[in-house]
Amino acid sequence: MTYIRPNFRHPESLRNDAGYSIKHYEGALSTLCAGCGHDSISAAIIKSCFDLNLAPHKIAKISGIGCSSKTPTYFLGKAHGFNSVHGRMPSVTTGANMANKDLLYLGVSGDGDTASIGMGQFAHVVRRNLNMVYIVMNNGCYGLTKGQDSATADQGSVSKKGVPSVFDSIDLCQMALQLGAGLVARCFSGDKKQLIPIIKAAIQHQGFAFIDVISPCVTFNNTPQSTKGYEWVREHMEATGTIDFIPDRTEITLDYPAGSSRTVTLHDGSELHLQKSSADYDLSNRKAAMQQIETVKEQQKILTGLIYHNDTKLDTHGKINTVDTPLNALTQDELCPGSEVLAALNAKLR
Amino acid sequence: MTNENTLSATNDCVIRFANVNGSGSASANNLFSKAVFRLGVPVSAKNIFPSNIQGLPTWFEVRVSEQGYLGRRGGYDFMVAVNGQTMYKDYLELLPGGYFFYDSSKRLPDSYDRSDIHLIGVPLTDITNSQYSDPRQRQIFKNIIYVGALAYLLDMDFRVFEESIESLFAQKPKLIEPNIKALKLGYDYAEKHHTDICRLNIHRRDLNGDQILMEGNAAAGLGAVYAGATVAGWYPITPSTSVIEAFERYCRAYRVDKASGRNKFAILQAEDELAAIGIVIGASWNGARAFTATSGPGVSLMSEFLGLAYFAEIPVMLMDIQRTGPSTGMPTRTQQSDLISAAYASHGDTRHVLLFPANPTECFDMTVTGFDLADRLQTPVILMSDLDLGMNVHQCDPIKWDDSRVYDRGKVLNEQQLTDLSERWGRYLDVDGDGIPYRTIPGTHPEKGAFFTRGSSHDEYAAYTEDGEVYARGMQRLLVKWDTAKTLVPAAEVTSDGADIGVIYFGTSAYSSREALDQLRSTQAMDAMRIKAFPFGQEVAEFIKQHSIIFLIEQNRDAQMKALLVNELAIDPNTIISVLNMDGMPITAEFLVTEIQCHLDQLAVHNPDNQQTTGGAA
Repeated sequence: MTYIRPNFRHPESLRNDAGYSIKHYEGALSTLCAGCGHDSISAAIIKSCFDLNLAPHKIAKISGIGCSSKTPTYFLGKAHGFNSVHGRMPSVTTGANMANKDLLYLGVSGDGDTASIGMGQFAHVVRRNLNMVYIVMNNGCYGLTKGQDSATADQGSVSKKGVPSVFDSIDLCQMALQLGAGLVARCFSGDKKQLIPIIKAAIQHQGFAFIDVISPCVTFNNTPQSTKGYEWVREHMEATGTIDFIPDRTEITLDYPAGSSRTVTLHDGSELHLQKSSADYDLSNRKAAMQQIETVKEQQKILTGLIYHNDTKLDTHGKINTVDTPLNALTQDELCPGSEVLAALNAKLR
Repeated sequence: MTNENTLSATNDCVIRFANVNGSGSASANNLFSKAVFRLGVPVSAKNIFPSNIQGLPTWFEVRVSEQGYLGRRGGYDFMVAVNGQTMYKDYLELLPGGYFFYDSSKRLPDSYDRSDIHLIGVPLTDITNSQYSDPRQRQIFKNIIYVGALAYLLDMDFRVFEESIESLFAQKPKLIEPNIKALKLGYDYAEKHHTDICRLNIHRRDLNGDQILMEGNAAAGLGAVYAGATVAGWYPITPSTSVIEAFERYCRAYRVDKASGRNKFAILQAEDELAAIGIVIGASWNGARAFTATSGPGVSLMSEFLGLAYFAEIPVMLMDIQRTGPSTGMPTRTQQSDLISAAYASHGDTRHVLLFPANPTECFDMTVTGFDLADRLQTPVILMSDLDLGMNVHQCDPIKWDDSRVYDRGKVLNEQQLTDLSERWGRYLDVDGDGIPYRTIPGTHPEKGAFFTRGSSHDEYAAYTEDGEVYARGMQRLLVKWDTAKTLVPAAEVTSDGADIGVIYFGTSAYSSREALDQLRSTQAMDAMRIKAFPFGQEVAEFIKQHSIIFLIEQNRDAQMKALLVNELAIDPNTIISVLNMDGMPITAEFLVTEIQCHLDQLAVHNPDNQQTTGGAA
């Protein structure tokens, strides 16, 4: 995007409780097309991390290949980033997480990167319940190679090429649900009010949190007949509820009409409040969530918002029973058995 | 048969067991080879097994050599033929004057009509059927019975077998007595019916010192524990799987926090080899020591990621336990055929450090060294083991560890160093002139040292660039680093007496090559060099330059090591004569002597001036 961001910030600009200004969470200037939905997601990530008082350098942002995977350059400049290979963000993130459980892992991927070349790794990172936030910037097309349909392009959806997609689409939220993700959400990049609280909830979630963000490709897939275009999505969104993220439960001041709101408590005590929508179901019921996606789809609509939440499962480290100290912080003394045990070991081999 | 045709030797023979896979023969055969070892006689055992769990033919070859030759010799002196499927072939393969041991419960067919061998029949089925009623017991003890018979036939100290059984079943003492009984059944039958027939003996010596019996894969897994590896991502593939199994076993022994019962390691069985190496790269990038083990097909799948690690400069420790390719090839046979695919894995200009262990002790040492090199050079290091080394039990020096040894974690800036830094830090900036830049680990410093790791072209400060000059500068620096690598990798082992002929070998060919050299040197002076690493150090180039005739021994079809030498050292390909074994079986000394002698004879014919120096065939 060709605009210049002023480097100047007002000296008394707002700082969060950790003492960081929003600037600490920003990255390099975006080189994506003007109006790209992905830039809105980057902005939402920046705002979410700011609001949550996160130390920027304690975040690792990891991506695959594609327009979406370029975005980690455009947010959190104080965090280490890793633009890996196409479709393999999950394995790199898995390794990084195994090495240091204390960082926040923010995985960014696209619909090609996840639903096609990276489908295998996506499935298995969900299955292992890696403690990470997995964001798919889903525009239904391969932007960086000029607009080919991706596997999430809905059947009949028409991109700039003008040819309707002939194959069934893959619904990544349904896949994540089926594979056992603890938090599943779908958002629209154009709806900041919904996206930011969900990113915050995903960050606070202990375990695998999946957000499928429909993010229109303004250059190749924003036609009136595209089901991933601004126009279509705005008209066909069906939210599970209007969402507010409450970092600390003692501070709840929001006033919901009795019986119309729901609360999702996250592991650290923070809460997600949802204004009830017409389509109501139990958010911690996987079967009900699956059904709701299908029901809304039948109405030619897209279910957005928090779709499922359950953080009772152990994450990967919990399952494989690793020590509390990050593995990359263990010293040689703690890791090397030394010469002492070798006499017995060698004797056994004679 | 005349006495001259009877094979007769003490502590020098090759015994081949022909069995059915999954019949419990492996433990009986191991019991036998371990008894030889415990008698103080050097022994090597090769398990030649099918890609199958139950029912197909499998062989176990035991080389007994008082002279200490641990490679395959070639030929079989004693055949224990207990697999009906292969029995006739086994019968034909026995050397003249040799001994054919078979289950005589059934009469041998008339086609078994060789007059140049000795038949030793023991009615294994009849004995087991009369002694045991449980079919599983019958199968297991049938194997132990033939071991007992061998103890008599080869005049071995029976006490060694008893002791082995006692230590083997120390945890299950109930099994000791029935096993010893089975041994005795065989021993007694042979003593009664085959008195003084066999002229091959295995007698007690004290030649094995403090040596141990170990599989290369177990040693590599142990090496990873000692090197401080905490993360392993892996995908099952023969013959590498037992590296990870050993790593896990030793981690459970040495790496579980006693107070909490929790693990100081993370082992993840990945969904495929791509994910396995991805996990390693992610963990290494994040400051842990991480590794994976695979075989040829896995290296193919990992290639894209290896290119990323090369270009983004991330340490990777990879173990390639080579098997017979191409494609699925012969998954349970050995080969040294991944050299080129490993050395230059991935698209674009890439090259990777390779290490060539020749025995389990080196699998351990080179694994530890490999981790240091990967950290120091910030690049993939590949341990080029093979099925023979990895999955067979080898007699080798004991595992040693120097407690004063400190891991070399390479150029990593910590928080204080970053704070103290006055000049601008560049992730890919060569400040020391050795081509190796300084790296940082995520989460180290609040303000400094963060950068974006990428496989796309980058400048010295890790920023994306499409400037061809900047790109070329980075690629040239990687060559400077490559030159540094040449000075850090293990040097080749050279034995030189100024001969005209030089013999080069590497990896598991070392055993047979040494034996062949001992034979060839009786008529012809020859120098030798064992290559231990790629890139090649100066000594490799010099050795080749110093010898007018070079033989290069490899276990593949395409002379892949020769290709590396020619490519890297700009050598005239005609100066190297390749000696290639590609049948998937560990190379034999007999093959090497025949091949090299044949070349020498041809050279003598073509070049009469050389006749005196090379005419050793008389």
